[in-house]
Amino acid sequence: MQVYLDNNATTMVDPLVVEVMQPFFSEIYGNPNSLHKFGTASHPAISKAIDQVYKALNASDNDDIVFTSCATESNNWVLKSIFNDHIVSGDKNHIITTEVEHPSVLAACRALEKEGAKVTYLPVNSQGVVEPHVVRSFITDKTALVSVMWASNETGMIFPIKEIGEICKEKGVLFHSDGVQAVGKIPVDLQAVHVDFLSMSAHKFHGPKGVGALYIRNSQPLSPLLHGGEHMGGRRSGTLNVPYIVAMGKAIELATTNIEEKMASIRAKRDRLEDALLELSDTFVVGNRENRTPNTILISIRGVEGEGMLWDLNNGQIGASTGSACASEDLQANTVMLAIGADSELAHTGIRLSLSRFTTDSEIDYTIAHFKKAVERLRAISSSYAKVQPTLGGESKACELHH
Amino acid sequence: MAKNDLLGASLWDAYSNKVTTLMNNPNHQGEITEQEAAEHGNRLIVADFGAESCGDAVRLYWEVDPKTDIIVNSKFKSFGCGTAIASSDIMTELCIGKTVKEAVKITNIDVEFALRDSPEIPAVPPQKMHCSVMAYDVIKKAAGLYMGVDSESFEDEIIVCECARVSLKTLQEVIRLNDLTTIEQITDYTKAGGFCKSCIKPGGHEKREYYLVDILRDTRREMDEEKMKAAADAGSKGSFESMTLVQQIKAIDAVIDENVRQFLIMDGGNMEVIDVKPTEEYVDVYIRYLGACNGCASSATGTLYAIEATLKEKLSKKIRVLPI
Repeated sequence: MQVYLDNNATTMVDPLVVEVMQPFFSEIYGNPNSLHKFGTASHPAISKAIDQVYKALNASDNDDIVFTSCATESNNWVLKSIFNDHIVSGDKNHIITTEVEHPSVLAACRALEKEGAKVTYLPVNSQGVVEPHVVRSFITDKTALVSVMWASNETGMIFPIKEIGEICKEKGVLFHSDGVQAVGKIPVDLQAVHVDFLSMSAHKFHGPKGVGALYIRNSQPLSPLLHGGEHMGGRRSGTLNVPYIVAMGKAIELATTNIEEKMASIRAKRDRLEDALLELSDTFVVGNRENRTPNTILISIRGVEGEGMLWDLNNGQIGASTGSACASEDLQANTVMLAIGADSELAHTGIRLSLSRFTTDSEIDYTIAHFKKAVERLRAISSSYAKVQPTLGGESKACELHH
Repeated sequence: MAKNDLLGASLWDAYSNKVTTLMNNPNHQGEITEQEAAEHGNRLIVADFGAESCGDAVRLYWEVDPKTDIIVNSKFKSFGCGTAIASSDIMTELCIGKTVKEAVKITNIDVEFALRDSPEIPAVPPQKMHCSVMAYDVIKKAAGLYMGVDSESFEDEIIVCECARVSLKTLQEVIRLNDLTTIEQITDYTKAGGFCKSCIKPGGHEKREYYLVDILRDTRREMDEEKMKAAADAGSKGSFESMTLVQQIKAIDAVIDENVRQFLIMDGGNMEVIDVKPTEEYVDVYIRYLGACNGCASSATGTLYAIEATLKEKLSKKIRVLPI
């Protein structure tokens, strides 16, 4: 058996999604901007996809939802264009974000700092979320934008987006949320919260890689990131990626229809897995369950180094992650574990398991058994579980490494 | 960055079969108790290196025969990734049968080499090379405990890049001999900085005492100073033409200060050197008169000849003074 538990990194494309995109490669391939029937033949399917996305997010017809190539593009677009529109060409100088954002927000912010923007990186509390009053306390009359993720890719913790949205509205500050880990996993109702910009990516909810979107409330101004042939109403140039747009529409519809039911089913499996793993001694899971995306567990196993654990899980055909998969090659300490102030000894012991609606009960059973076996093996090797203590003077110094 | 870098490396696929095998089934993991060692009439040494907060920690056990100083048995415990476990395992194997003094000579390079499947292919990808360094460090520590000396005493030179074991002295020499100007060149010549990258600049995986950026900057500065000094020395020996432009201007100023300026000031004037331009035939010194000299009839005749004659005498026959 092989078990894929890295669905916060990416997901399997739902076969139903593959089916709807199929005709748009070799049958209906015209450029939607062309006047001839080859081009216009794709219009009904694109319109449908647009409707599906608007409906899934409960967006108003006055809002724009612009298809992009991915959430990295959406995040960069908002940050860089707000910088240009309100800081370079305006009287603002400040952006607020958090320490635990995805690299596409953090790295973009650092790039903007080099160009003269002031950026505040807000800390998270012991649950791994930013508290609204902290956001409020850092807003000044020079603040152009607040950017806070909707849910964490690493912990699954859901951020108080409604409260932060109210604060931003009251203060007259634009509010962007990276919704990559929320859209398709938990209800996202854009009439119930005040968000000016929302980024999302199809491959996180069983759509294909290479297509995402940016929601723009009330079609408000935001200068384009990509200039060109004035596609998407001039907001985002580049020939429309028809099959992928169609796929994203179908994928978001499948993910959000009866979402409460789907969440309950995933949550039941997740909770069963979590309970079983917590039976192991010296383990803890980051963040309380009720406020987490229903598919995610970030568990720390004392004495077991994360990459070593991934290795053993991989040997058992189980795909998991130590944290952000995008950065998994550098194998550094889990930044969120450090940010929540976990014991630094545990910063290298985090394992993230993320389920999907395709995860089965038998996969959970298999994972529980194999996970426990791996922990047992690695703890037998681990120095923290050794009985014979070092010769006097042979103890280790405290860690001098940077993180 | 080029074609081969576009798709990030598949880290685990770069491990040798030996690394994989030992990670899955280490031969020497476990502990040696005081009692076991005593039963054999041997001494037990247990040393730790690293810490869990670093992401890597290793504990080395040695059973040493006190009569021969030979390590008769060795085991390890490790909190770490696959390469850390495999490195620790091969380290114990390399220790067994050696005297403590011989074991101290085992370096991380030996550990990595012992993990290779074939001599020319590295056992681990560059960023994992650092895991083997801990094996080297913990051996030194154990030897220090056994011999009752500070483990630092086994290191007779300053190692800047631990992964490739490149010393400060080697780096300084290579920079000088090959006139290196970039970190990339240093890595090409010495391999330093090519692995975990901690030694390149502050802020990497590990805090270091010496960084390549500082060594490069300081060595380059020393080289520049030496070059200047050499030029200045040459100048003092009379070869004005071999001086740098700045040195030439300074030398001209010095001669004028000493021999000319005071007379001009007495008459309410002054002058300044604007530029120096060496040509095939001459070294043209452009000057500007100030104050009363400006417009004085003598400034284009007598005074000018006097200035030129002085400079010719003191510095170079090729000097031609041109007022502007």
